[in-house]
Amino acid sequence: MTEPRHDPSDLSPLRARLARVGALDAAALAAERIAVLGRKGGELTALLRTLPSLEADARRAFGAAVNELKQAFEAAFDARAAALDAARRAREAAGIDLTMPGRGRWIGAEHPVTRVIAEIVELFRELGFVVATGPEAETEWYNFGALNFPADHPAMDMHDTLYLDVPEVPGDRGGRVLLRTHTSPVQIRTLLESGPPVRVVIPGLAYRNDPFDASHAPAFTQIEGLAVDEGISFVDLKATLGHFARRFFAADTRVRFRPSFFPFTEPSAEMDVGCQICGGRGCAACKGTGWMEILGCGMVHPNVLSNCGVDAERFTGFAFGMGPHRIAMLRYGIPDIRLLYEGDMRFLGQLGGGR
Amino acid sequence: MNVSVNWLSEFLRRPLDAAEVAARLGSLGAPADAIVPLHAGLGDIVVGLVESAAPHPNADRLRVCVVDDGSGTRRSVVCGAPNVTAGRRYPFAPVGATLPGGLRIEKRKLRGEVSEGMLCSARELGLGDDHHGLWELDTDAAPGTPLGAAVPLADTRLVLDVGPNRPDLLGHKGVARELAASYGVQFRLPQLPGSGGGTMAAPARAGAAGATGGVAVRIEDADGCGRFLGAVLRGVRIGPSPDWLARRLEAVGVRSINNVVDATNYVMFELNQPMHAYDLATLRGARIAARRARAGERLRTLDGVDRALDEEMTVIADAEGAIGVAGVMGGMGSEVSAETRDLFLECAWFDPARVRRTRRALGLSTEASFRFERGVDRWNGAEALRRCVELIQLTAGGDLAPDPVDLASAVTHPPRIFLRPSRVAQVLGVELTWSEIERCLVAVGATVVSKPDDGRIAVDVPGWRPDLVTEIDLVEEVARIHGYDAIPDDLRPARPGAQREDPAFGRAAQLRRALVAEGLFEAAALPMTGAAADSVRILNPLAATEGHLRASLLPGLVRLVELNWASQVRDVRLFEIGTVFAQGESGAPPRETLRLAAVITGARAPAHWSDSARTDCDIWDLKGLFERVGALVAPGNAIVPVGGALVARLDGRDAGRAGPLDADAPPWAAPLFGLELEVQVGVGTAAAYRPLPVTPAVGRDVTLLLPEELAAARVTAELAGAGEPLLEAVAVTGEYRSGDLPGGRRSVTFHLTFRATDRTLETPEVDRAESRLLGMLDRELGVHRRDQGAPAPER
Repeated sequence: MTEPRHDPSDLSPLRARLARVGALDAAALAAERIAVLGRKGGELTALLRTLPSLEADARRAFGAAVNELKQAFEAAFDARAAALDAARRAREAAGIDLTMPGRGRWIGAEHPVTRVIAEIVELFRELGFVVATGPEAETEWYNFGALNFPADHPAMDMHDTLYLDVPEVPGDRGGRVLLRTHTSPVQIRTLLESGPPVRVVIPGLAYRNDPFDASHAPAFTQIEGLAVDEGISFVDLKATLGHFARRFFAADTRVRFRPSFFPFTEPSAEMDVGCQICGGRGCAACKGTGWMEILGCGMVHPNVLSNCGVDAERFTGFAFGMGPHRIAMLRYGIPDIRLLYEGDMRFLGQLGGGR
Repeated sequence: MNVSVNWLSEFLRRPLDAAEVAARLGSLGAPADAIVPLHAGLGDIVVGLVESAAPHPNADRLRVCVVDDGSGTRRSVVCGAPNVTAGRRYPFAPVGATLPGGLRIEKRKLRGEVSEGMLCSARELGLGDDHHGLWELDTDAAPGTPLGAAVPLADTRLVLDVGPNRPDLLGHKGVARELAASYGVQFRLPQLPGSGGGTMAAPARAGAAGATGGVAVRIEDADGCGRFLGAVLRGVRIGPSPDWLARRLEAVGVRSINNVVDATNYVMFELNQPMHAYDLATLRGARIAARRARAGERLRTLDGVDRALDEEMTVIADAEGAIGVAGVMGGMGSEVSAETRDLFLECAWFDPARVRRTRRALGLSTEASFRFERGVDRWNGAEALRRCVELIQLTAGGDLAPDPVDLASAVTHPPRIFLRPSRVAQVLGVELTWSEIERCLVAVGATVVSKPDDGRIAVDVPGWRPDLVTEIDLVEEVARIHGYDAIPDDLRPARPGAQREDPAFGRAAQLRRALVAEGLFEAAALPMTGAAADSVRILNPLAATEGHLRASLLPGLVRLVELNWASQVRDVRLFEIGTVFAQGESGAPPRETLRLAAVITGARAPAHWSDSARTDCDIWDLKGLFERVGALVAPGNAIVPVGGALVARLDGRDAGRAGPLDADAPPWAAPLFGLELEVQVGVGTAAAYRPLPVTPAVGRDVTLLLPEELAAARVTAELAGAGEPLLEAVAVTGEYRSGDLPGGRRSVTFHLTFRATDRTLETPEVDRAESRLLGMLDRELGVHRRDQGAPAPER
């Protein structure tokens, strides 16, 4: 058994090999890595194995030198491997024009009106509202009577109603069967089912006997909201809806409330926002007024609460309603509502990407 | 409702800016849909003084005038109007002027005489129908004065959007009252030009019968006619209305007819009280009654239509029959004509519901019926009658017969309402002072009868506001006049509601996301279709093709695919989530179900330059989509083939279908496939963790010869159900069909995955498991490996 080598100068052949690593090809590099650092037969590995048998001083000096050399080899091997890899890739890419189009796949999208509804619902969720829905075919009581529409009154003219060829539903809450002209019957159902405190938003389809033209459709979406509790006032109505408008549009959106008329609210109001197209200077979209009508709202009429068994002296509330189809038209600049019903792939694709 | 800004100015006795008036009315609840400047195109027209008018040397009917147009140069104008008179003033369009019709005036020669401008008739200026001659101006304005400055022509029409609750805003007086409240000023009925004011004394109230001017008047239908005022005027001269009256009616969009009809229209637009004038000479029997129409009774109305009346209608009748449909339209036989000398004037209150029913039954909506069905002032007819008499006497002369009648079957009063200031605070969220509340109520014309000693105020509402009935109506008036803007809008905390979210909404959203991830676009077709089995019919549809509610989503989507094809779009991938309708239980509304449907046609993926050929979607694309969506909609859905289509079975019933669809397809279209599924709400498997395998799997492909009638799914089921502990999964990886195959025409390759969770499998173990499975298939199904050859028939 020979005395193990421990003179650092004995490392010079290895140092010479280290200097040549940068010139090795891929196969030689792999072989040299094993020859030097291989776990079983690597030369440096073998030297490291001898360390425990050395005197303490010698071990320290020789060990440091061997370890330093080992790290140098590792770095050199890695650097050479990376250089070879880059060169290979460059060689391979030489025959490819990477400006050619990539492979596609079909991309879908939700309907623009769905996205508007989802956004509105999300904003009201932040304010503690939950979603309620209800049937689209209703009786006259749910659609009109409970909502304080006087029987056979001009207020009904605002609701050109589609009636169904279905026998009248008997009972206090019955009457002729119709397609709901607004989603407000769900307000009634909610009040009847759970009573105050109420905080719901109601998205859904509503129907009117309107001709299908550029600005009317016989079926269209509505989203309504209802909040009923003790202490709710017109202040809360203005605050909640103003907050919504500034979140849905821009933070500096101007908001105004004008008196209006709905049988189921009193006081009633229309909420306008500063025109989103001209910023309020006046344009064709806002008919030069600088304002756009966005939603109708009001304090729930005491008769509506009473009709649903809610104590109208103790509880007050506000309700609002808006048209996601109309809002989508405003937001995306869609000139004809029918485009939203035609399922045109080109149209849906245009609007699919953006907010 | 069309409103003249000039008219309003007279009520408020101050000039008004149209835009500001519109803004103020809008903030009070009557926004202007349009602001229409009238006669803005007359800026070029000036007052011209005709200094002389000499016969034209070469034409009998023409004259050569010398006109002073204020320019300093006398103009020679050739004129054909018969009424041109030296010394009079007429509208003059100088050379270079443009008339409202677009005609540009140029210097030219007429029969050899130079004409430098044009003297105009009212019609040429767009100011009416009178074209019998030049418009003779009643003014002393200097020649050259702009016409608009010499004659009050310019006006602005506001088209107000008046809610059905505000009949008072259908008259200028009501609009003026709102404006006066807004400006904080007084308003009053304007003086009629040239009139010293109405002199008719208020008629004494009588019961249901009375007489004036030899005419006996009766209310026989007290329900339909709550009040009836009548007056007789004798010796009127029917003729054209004065300019100011014609202009005023024109400003609100009403054509001038004659001085009497115009007077009734004027009063209607001023005071919201429809009036009617009958030619007294046509009256049979000197009797007028408001009564129910009789069965079979007919009347030719002013529009020339012969109408059948019924007993639910109220009519105005003479001794022999109906002469007017109450509140809707007068009869032709009693119409005021050029020969009319004596009038009977009607000013009544008809029941709103009765008028509404009548005009609907007759299909005849008029300015009068529009007002009566919204409610005119039941207690102020005398003002309207006095105004109408004043106006007729002013423009048509005539003598008022003594004692006009004012009939009412019962004495009524506008309601008295009690308002609690505490209720105002509760609803509006602000504490208003008592004096502010009173100010608001007085501004709308209410009378505050008492102070709030016991916490409430007694308020008598005015007759012109039939919408004010209960306390909350007064709260709204206070809010409106106080101003919505003046109410704060601080966001305050609110407690959550007692409601639970409806899971259907979130469920639909989840399914939408999944279908979008499948590369489909969401569509929303109209939910009406043509007739289908069990579909619900709409009684009053707009179009027969939309006469039913959809019983299925797919037909609507197919229509949308056809629309895409019509736009040359070949690749269509659409889905919809929506309600379908079926007949409900008897006595119940239709049954509504939430469904999901999808259609795909065209290329499986967008074309790529590296692809050698286009691949269109086929039944397997559909089946894959159906399987994935079906599992999402209801995990229990089992997809089974039925005929050439696929059905989703759930709890023993069909919950969905998928398959090829028929459509009106162009020749270049790819096959169309569709699916439709019931959406189950409140289902779904809970996701759960299972330990991931740490041992390697062993895969084996076995290719089996399958008899034609044996479904691959059956083999998969047998393998999976064999209870082989090492078998982890079975997948179909290939199919080969050929007549050359032994024992059948079809071979199917199954990929078997074997694994033990606790050790690495050895090959012999896998071999044994595989032969156990093959032996089982042989026993159960008589199925063999393809490479094993066909079993000998005798075995």
